[in-house]
Amino acid sequence: MTESGNASLSVVGQPLPKVDAGAKVTGAAVYADDITLPRMLYCKILRSAVPHARILSVDPSAARRIPGVHAIITGLDLPIRFGILPVSQDERALEYEKVRYVGDPIAAVAAIDEETAAAACEAIRVEYEELKSVMSIEEALREPVDEPIHERAYTRQPLNIHRLVAYEFGDVDAGFEKADHVREDVFFFQGNTHLPMEQHAAVAKYVDGKLTIWSSTQVVHYVHRALSKTLGLPMNRIRVIGATHGGGFGGKTDPFAHEIVVAKLAMLTGRPVKCTLTREEVFYTHRGRHPVLMWVRTGVTRDGRITAMHFKSVLDGGAYGSYGAASVFYTGTLQTVTYDIPAYRFEGCRVFTNKAPCGPKRGHGTPQPRFAVELHLEKIARDLGLDPVEVKRRNFVKPFTRAVNWMRITSCGLEECTDKVLEASGYRTRPRRPGQGMGFAISSYMSGAGTAIYWNAMPHSEVLLKVDRTGVTVYCGAMDIGQGSDSVLAHIVAEELGLQPKDVRLVTADTDLTPVDLGSYSSRVTFMAGNAALEAARKMRQMLVQAVAETMGFRSDPGQIPVGGGRIGDFDFDQACVLAETKYGTLTSGGSYTPPRIGGPYKGSGVGPSPAYSYSAAVVDLDADDRTGIVTVNKVWIAHDIGRAINPLLVIGQIEGGVYMALGEALMEEQAYRKGRHKWPSMLEYKSPTFLDMPEIETFLVETIDPEGPYGAKEAGQGPLLPVIPAVNEALYDALGVWIDEVPVTPEKVLKALEVKATGNMRRYGPKSYPTIPYPPLIKVEPPDPHDMRIGADLPHA
Amino acid sequence: MRNIEREVQREILTLQVNGEHIQVLVPVHKTLLEVLREELGLTGTKHGCELGECGTCTVLVEGKPHLSCLVLAIQLEGRRVTTIEGLAEGSRLHPLQQTFAELGAAQCGYCTPGTLLAATALLETNHQPTRDQIREALAGNLCRCTGYAKIVEAVELCAARAHD
Repeated sequence: MTESGNASLSVVGQPLPKVDAGAKVTGAAVYADDITLPRMLYCKILRSAVPHARILSVDPSAARRIPGVHAIITGLDLPIRFGILPVSQDERALEYEKVRYVGDPIAAVAAIDEETAAAACEAIRVEYEELKSVMSIEEALREPVDEPIHERAYTRQPLNIHRLVAYEFGDVDAGFEKADHVREDVFFFQGNTHLPMEQHAAVAKYVDGKLTIWSSTQVVHYVHRALSKTLGLPMNRIRVIGATHGGGFGGKTDPFAHEIVVAKLAMLTGRPVKCTLTREEVFYTHRGRHPVLMWVRTGVTRDGRITAMHFKSVLDGGAYGSYGAASVFYTGTLQTVTYDIPAYRFEGCRVFTNKAPCGPKRGHGTPQPRFAVELHLEKIARDLGLDPVEVKRRNFVKPFTRAVNWMRITSCGLEECTDKVLEASGYRTRPRRPGQGMGFAISSYMSGAGTAIYWNAMPHSEVLLKVDRTGVTVYCGAMDIGQGSDSVLAHIVAEELGLQPKDVRLVTADTDLTPVDLGSYSSRVTFMAGNAALEAARKMRQMLVQAVAETMGFRSDPGQIPVGGGRIGDFDFDQACVLAETKYGTLTSGGSYTPPRIGGPYKGSGVGPSPAYSYSAAVVDLDADDRTGIVTVNKVWIAHDIGRAINPLLVIGQIEGGVYMALGEALMEEQAYRKGRHKWPSMLEYKSPTFLDMPEIETFLVETIDPEGPYGAKEAGQGPLLPVIPAVNEALYDALGVWIDEVPVTPEKVLKALEVKATGNMRRYGPKSYPTIPYPPLIKVEPPDPHDMRIGADLPHA
Repeated sequence: MRNIEREVQREILTLQVNGEHIQVLVPVHKTLLEVLREELGLTGTKHGCELGECGTCTVLVEGKPHLSCLVLAIQLEGRRVTTIEGLAEGSRLHPLQQTFAELGAAQCGYCTPGTLLAATALLETNHQPTRDQIREALAGNLCRCTGYAKIVEAVELCAARAHD
């Protein structure tokens, strides 16, 4: 670990157990499905059995006659559309006009038990007029046979296109002219799903005109907004509580039909209602990784310096918008935050298909281009006869610079991360056995999005602190999804007040009690809620110290009062609280965090800017069997620039989890379809890595102390996934001499590539061409001075 | 209290759960998982698939790991069942619970009860398991958060402490 620490820190930097570890190892933690309320009814949702159809009728009359059925609702009961992004309000909790994928919700039942509710769903008659389904990017780019999946009045795009974007930063054609070598490649990244161990669940009750809902969501605030809109209730009559969370990875970041449905059923029946999805429903609820087809063309000088890059992507969005309008940008915007690209053209497209909607999964829209760009540069280096690591290294972004698309880079530990993994793995020096190979890749990721999902100028995170003679309580809307955000808040407050994390009470993710935080996605919580907590805690510390100083007679210089070890000056912490409470009355303090404005002078500049980027480098070592095509990963070395590790135990947990998820995506996980249906909506057939599949992981933390992060901290939840996937494909090339330009790398693909290699043709397996897409005219943007670090009101276009 | 609007056959079942002898009227089609969670209120046992695919609902029957979603409760007349609620001794954590908490082997914690029980059964029969034996014994328990690394380390640490 890089030593850069502040010797005066006592809690920050300590690998302490999570604050909720005790509840989690004893079964005491209460997840949404664990909640049972008196008179509670159970809800089941009837979902579409066909991928694309007009709904002619929904007849629940037979279902209503089943004993034990209390209420049945259809789309006419919840006609208002919703969606996570203001520009994509294209979902209904229950659809009554048309269904767009197998799994689209149509009706919901509240009954005395789940079996009765399920029987009632089966008894509901739905009459469909089936429409030709669209199951691939290629089909979505053809003229629709019957009608487009969404109305043109909504999409304002031809074919089944949802979104089109096109930008040019700097003079790309001139950049290509300057190049000594230009290369083009096509890559495909298959979709995959989050597969949280906990199925989504929600429980609602409606008492005296007030709705309360417990849900396994990553963002209570977004559920709050969607419920208010679809139910027509003011926000002050809705309380959303995040139950203990059984895993998200992005999959519980949208508001969902079942949350709206249980609320409506509770309002209708006057009884609490619970809905827990089955595992199959979780596969269809999805919002996972977009399948993305990519084309990239890069010009380089003889020594491997990038002169220009042109990147095109097309995303298979599935049936609804979800976060897709942002996802399409994310496939293009962060290339420049990793490599110094002096001229960059990006054209992106998202299409609708009749599949479960895609959305944000760990890395949101960036693992796909990261995979493509890393392999592409590797190939360029080999074209030039140069060392791929050196070529990448020559193009690393530098700290405290501004990228060609205006993304502002602050701290950057790419060099240190690279040194760590190259040295530890022996990447350059270790002799390979036959069939063994190693691959190296890098990445970057945002520490929170710089722009809110719905436009507003308010803080992205707010923390309220209450201190009295009984102790310290932190109130924050942030949702701990297992990554340990509650522990981070407790660490920061404990550090400032001279306590231990276990001394700090936490009230989080409860819209009645906690100020707004935008939730656990976008790797934002440590940076944003952490900064808010730091501000609130410092204000509180000042009051406590002032009261102690006055009592001790240091009236003029409270700065001399030591805080730590449960004491403030000459007093135990609780005595100090009594002094301060006596002096000031009720002791509260607030902190909030608003990211600075960073983006460039163009529409669409809001996607990509982050107050800080994390950086990672990884080396993967594997064996590949040329007879079976089976790949066995031996070890992964990963170094991550975390800025500062507030709790190294949690950071390493995030990194190891990210490496694991990356290996699943690289080698086996696939959200694939057959005849309009998910090919394997079960945990047995949707293969994910088990204990036996996981190699050893050696992790290095690099601390660059970001100037704007809390104590210098940046993100860890998403970035470390990114470099592992391309490193697997590179290691496979090192092992067998074939390129798999697709994810996942299955044994079938390896064998096919070896067959092609044997015939003396291109040593690759992957997409052969990139389709013609009606991208709009390029929006041309003047690049900034790379040393212009101005933000906010100082920006030239502010 | 159970609503009996829907006719289902029920039987009286006698069980020993976490050391307590209990009697419960159970619908004959209910799984052990459902009876534990819904009839006995022992919600520490989780479910990930209810099809025997993920290991999340693992409990011990006569000390051996069982997928509670695949066992009908009425098959267990007179048997001894241990759930996560029965692992600690009073307020003192089981040594495995202690090492899981210390090393961060529980992130979201949803797979943790099942994994802890499977690991408990392993250490009962094999006091000094190798890393491969731990991975083999827990291979039926899926976890999406940890990458399994800290779970393996927690089992190793527990075994090492017991040996000291």
